[in-house]
Amino acid sequence: MLKLVVCIKQVPLVSELPWDSRTGTLRRELAEGMINPACKHALEAALQLKQKHGGEIAVFTMGPPMAEEVLHEAQAMGTDRGILLTDRLMAGADTSITAFTLAKAILKECPDFDLVLCGCYTSDSETAQVGPQLVEELDVPGAANVHHIELIGKTLRMKRISDNFIETLEMELPGLVTITTQEFQPRYVPLKGLQDAFEGSDITRIGADDLGLDMGKLGTTASPTKILNVYSPTAKKKNIVLKGSAKKVVEELFDRFEDKIGGAIRKDLKVEKKYNE
Amino acid sequence: MSENNRSIWVFGDYRNYFQNRVTLQLLSRAIELADKISASVCAVVMGHDVDEYVGEYIAHGAQKVYVIEHPQLKNYSIETYSYLMERLARIYKPEIIFVGATMFGREFAPRVAKKLGTGLTADCIGLDINEDGLLVQIAPSFGGNLLAEIITPESRPQMATVRPGTFQEIPHDYNAVGEVIRIPLPEDLPEDRVRLISTERWRKKGQRIEDARVVVCGGRGMGSKKKYKKLFELSQLLGGIIGATRPVVYAKWVDEESLVGQAGKHIRPKVLFSFGISGAIQHTAGIGDAGFIIAINKNINATMMKMADVAIVADANQFCTALTRELKKRIRS
Ligand SMILES: Cc1cc2nc3c(=O)[nH]c(=O)nc-3n(C[C@H](O)[C@H](O)[C@H](O)COP(=O)(O)OP(=O)(O)OC[C@H]3O[C@@H](n4cnc5c(N)ncnc54)[C@H](O)[C@@H]3O)c2cc1C
Ligand SMILES: Nc1ncnc2c1ncn2[C@@H]1O[C@H](COP(=O)(O)O)[C@@H](O)[C@H]1O
Repeated sequence: MLKLVVCIKQVPLVSELPWDSRTGTLRRELAEGMINPACKHALEAALQLKQKHGGEIAVFTMGPPMAEEVLHEAQAMGTDRGILLTDRLMAGADTSITAFTLAKAILKECPDFDLVLCGCYTSDSETAQVGPQLVEELDVPGAANVHHIELIGKTLRMKRISDNFIETLEMELPGLVTITTQEFQPRYVPLKGLQDAFEGSDITRIGADDLGLDMGKLGTTASPTKILNVYSPTAKKKNIVLKGSAKKVVEELFDRFEDKIGGAIRKDLKVEKKYNE
Repeated sequence: MSENNRSIWVFGDYRNYFQNRVTLQLLSRAIELADKISASVCAVVMGHDVDEYVGEYIAHGAQKVYVIEHPQLKNYSIETYSYLMERLARIYKPEIIFVGATMFGREFAPRVAKKLGTGLTADCIGLDINEDGLLVQIAPSFGGNLLAEIITPESRPQMATVRPGTFQEIPHDYNAVGEVIRIPLPEDLPEDRVRLISTERWRKKGQRIEDARVVVCGGRGMGSKKKYKKLFELSQLLGGIIGATRPVVYAKWVDEESLVGQAGKHIRPKVLFSFGISGAIQHTAGIGDAGFIIAINKNINATMMKMADVAIVADANQFCTALTRELKKRIRS
């Protein structure tokens, strides 16, 4: 039976969230969460594989307790199990430690996986690093930014666009892919399905102890990168401000900068005075 | 072996023109930083028939180039290249490794960092050395107008990726001399588990936003998909290309191709129109090289307005309509 793993992350709905100036981390508890868009495409890709080949989908997420919501939502889409990694000690992990912790959990809960699917990046941190680093942790073949997959026996054929090249790649499973938002348009989840998923879900919660890990290996403490300082950049430039009705401002713009704009588009934008009468 | 001299490495990414430019841009920044920690600047080049690039990197300031050349390395391969980079880094122990944030670089760097057990900061918009001699990686953070300074205090090397266009390359100096260190392909190189079946050039149709002389960017302040569409006519009149902020792309008013900023394209038009855009750092990270900026926003205090050469306080839609009308008149005349 095909064993699929999908890693998803809950991301804030609003992009302007307050941050904790003391720790330099985002105050996620204040945001309403949703499934990161690329992760949703990864879920869809997994669901399509399951439809075609049968199998089982386990979904992993690491985050605060409220991140459980995204596992319910994934189940409403049609996945089978949800695994929530949540522990104070796991908080503040950088990508390297996030990948390490996810790998430990995957190997514990789903050691005989065939394929791990991640989103290509998250909308809140956008590093696109967790997927490739998970490849290293799991020591399997892997490819990032894939928009098409096809399973032929134990061989996964993939397509991706990379730096102006279209590449067709193949690897033997087990392996890992990160999925872009180009294809695999996520299916719609009806409200009824969502409610049912919240009632009868199969969710496993995992903490540091369950993974046999302590503070020295997890979260902020273990992360090789540290945030020194967070600040707000200041804008520069002494500029000209134009105000008034749109028509008046457009005229003023051309009066003063017709040559700049005309120069850029290589057109003469001067008009004879009579047009302005 | 550990060198007496510290070194800063730049991954020689050359697969296409723009990838090669980011390598040159990183070399230029590496030279400035190397000065502060008395380090040497080195490029690492893997591939087949790469002499052209080795020469170019020396002409752009690399004091040393490590070269692994072999027909087997003809195509970029994520497994082999990251394996080789790890090996080189374990032998020569660079202080710092910079990688261009190209599609390849963004997959390569995290894998190398993980193999080496070190940290990595993605998409830095600034790089510096602090008083402790540590690399300060400045990156946009947390979904707002914030920048974070990130360091890697203990593990080595310190690693960062940087988007094309963030730094400026220095001019060629063909008299420059550099040391070329050729390293044979290891005999125990593991077989690639990801097989490249075929590769073809991907040609996007039409003009690229990166090359456009005029870009008309629209943000959430355009109000709706329908109103946003008005920018297309304006952009066409100007012979320009449409750009967008992320919320607009997420709302599917326009394709992802048009995204400008940290996660999208770096543009450098002669004239940039910015309609209804607040100016979050993730967006403005992509417009640093724009020549003349005209921003239209109803809020005079928006960051975008402060960055503009001409800040127009107006309704984005009404202004767009008025400007389109006026342009038609003028272009005809
Ligand atoms: C990891 C990460 C990466 C990101 N990468 C990118 C990226 O690459 N590119 C990007 O663009 N964003 C990116 N973002 C999002 C970014 O932080 C901002 O949220 C986004 O740029 C804001 O878009 P906006 O200016 O269109 O919208 P808003 O911030 O909502 O601004 C709308 C503006 O329109 C003005 N306005 C409203 N109505 C009118 C009107 N009628 N007439 C005139 N003006 C009006 C308002 O005053 C306001 O200034 C990223 C975010 C994260 C977290
Ligand atoms: N906390 C997390 N829990 C589960 N999966 C994650 C987490 N963080 C990142 N990922 C996975 O890694 C991908 C890339 O994330 P990032 O490196 O943050 O851009 C996401 O789309 C997820 O598939």
